Amino acid sequence: MDKITEKRLKLFAANMRKMIIEGVFQAQSGHPGGSLSCTDILAYLYGERLHVDPCDTANPDRDRFVLSKGHCAPALYAALTLREFFASCEIGGLRSCGAMLQGHPCMTETPGIDMSTGSLGQGIAASVGMAMMGKLDKRDYRVFSILGDGELQEGEVWEAQMAAAHYKLDNLTAFIDNNGLQIDGPTSEVMNLGSIPAKVAAFGWHVIEIDGHDLQQIENAVHEAENVKGQPTMIVAHTHKGKGVSFMEDQAQWHGAAPKQDQYDAAMIELNAAIAALEV
Amino acid sequence: MGKMATREAYGRALAEFGVDERVVVLDADLSKSTFTVTFKKVFPERHFNMGIAEGNMMSVAAGMATCGKIAFASTFAIFAAERALEQVRNSACYPNLNVKVCATHAGITVGEDGASHQCVEDLAIMRAIPNMHVVSPCDGASARAVIRAAMDTPGPFYVRLGRLAVEDVYGTYGDEISFTLGKANTLREGTDVTLIGIGLMVQQSLKAAEMLAQEGISARVIDMHTLKPIDVETIVKASKETGAIVTAEEHNIIGGLGGAVAEVLSENAPCILRRVGVKDIFGQSGKPEALLVLYHLMPEDIVKAAHEAIAARK
Repeated sequence: MDKITEKRLKLFAANMRKMIIEGVFQAQSGHPGGSLSCTDILAYLYGERLHVDPCDTANPDRDRFVLSKGHCAPALYAALTLREFFASCEIGGLRSCGAMLQGHPCMTETPGIDMSTGSLGQGIAASVGMAMMGKLDKRDYRVFSILGDGELQEGEVWEAQMAAAHYKLDNLTAFIDNNGLQIDGPTSEVMNLGSIPAKVAAFGWHVIEIDGHDLQQIENAVHEAENVKGQPTMIVAHTHKGKGVSFMEDQAQWHGAAPKQDQYDAAMIELNAAIAALEV
Repeated sequence: MGKMATREAYGRALAEFGVDERVVVLDADLSKSTFTVTFKKVFPERHFNMGIAEGNMMSVAAGMATCGKIAFASTFAIFAAERALEQVRNSACYPNLNVKVCATHAGITVGEDGASHQCVEDLAIMRAIPNMHVVSPCDGASARAVIRAAMDTPGPFYVRLGRLAVEDVYGTYGDEISFTLGKANTLREGTDVTLIGIGLMVQQSLKAAEMLAQEGISARVIDMHTLKPIDVETIVKASKETGAIVTAEEHNIIGGLGGAVAEVLSENAPCILRRVGVKDIFGQSGKPEALLVLYHLMPEDIVKAAHEAIAARK
């Protein structure tokens, strides 16, 4: 990744983070912690990798993206806003009556959403269906999905992984946003997942471990996945919940809480400073 | 009169209408029982076994439907409507996708497998989900028409099918019949009482009407193949013209056909209603025919309910 691209994507991510906090603050509801932890992955996908077009959202050859951890919708909405799928004012209506941006992604309401998600485990399974149809129809699109680590506690995730390996879906690349925290606390305390890479590999996937906030590592992993034949790839991305807003980082209580005015002000100072530093 | 199970007709309809390349079929290790194997023999590349993982199958089907496919997902009713309920609701119905959940082995006529496999709650559950169409054909000819209608109507469907071979009502498989989704078929005119059946209870209702005729009672018989959207007009007409209605379903009397008809009647044209069905109890192992007797799903039971309804009206 060249320096110009890296800087552009860092700015994309920084602007996403600002919109996430803005949206959740306006709504006084939502999930900032996990949205901020998957931001850099989404920034790479929407800022660089996905072949999608806001003017042609139903193109059968477009790449697909499914946010299996649907509660992190603010991050997806921010990425779609920056790619001009809809106006930037929409984020201000997040989670409010009559507005376009639902609490969890809704494909019938929001342009650019490939699958309605929110109930954990179902998004990755829908991604499997999309990848199977890419194979059946001999189309070259790729399917990307992001799961939460807590989401792995859902049995359907493993049913979907079994099916993806069985059908040799090398057109499917999934990320685990492995921030180690879920609503009730650390995943290791709520329901220990053990070795995630070992388990996923045992299900027949190619597994890559990366720092999920390092854009170069994200790109390298996505490229590696594209060259794997005969099996799907899981990118286990080690991340920090609340990344980019210092007082939210690695704090389980920011899973599903909105900032108050003073917290919002503090977050904005930090995020604006990050953007200013990148714009120099 | 020939006989065919609606599940067998389903498999044949898939193979027949599957020339449409939008059709994809998913099964959960029951393809010989659900008869999706009939489709698989003709179009193996579009038949996908998802293993014993019904919830995942529904979400995968939804993902396929986002790619412009008409995804038929099949397993036994108990697993389709109940184990996979939340996937059907959130993956297929909420996004209003073209997922056709075709559930076989519904009701107690599953027989020997017993209560764990005898689904008597699916109609109630499925009709409560927004966007969902709920349909149950009574014979092979109408099962074919139902599958055609499900293909031609965008959005999610729940198609309730049976294991047991049942007598032809409309004709044999392949006959073109008069069938409109959401429009009930009046199979027999009558003025004293109306018998509304669904699935194999249509056949039982027709037999009951014959028995009532021998007593001089004129019974109308309606096949309510589409439970949702329900045909309000035909129910209201029956209420006004006969003043007594009996519903008959191989399903719990709570929330299914009886419940749906009661809703329509009480809001539009109240009349005496008697519900024949499984009386809020679980089934058990046994021959299907024996279970129909044991759970009071026979023509005699419908006749008895008709007598009660007529008496209550007077």
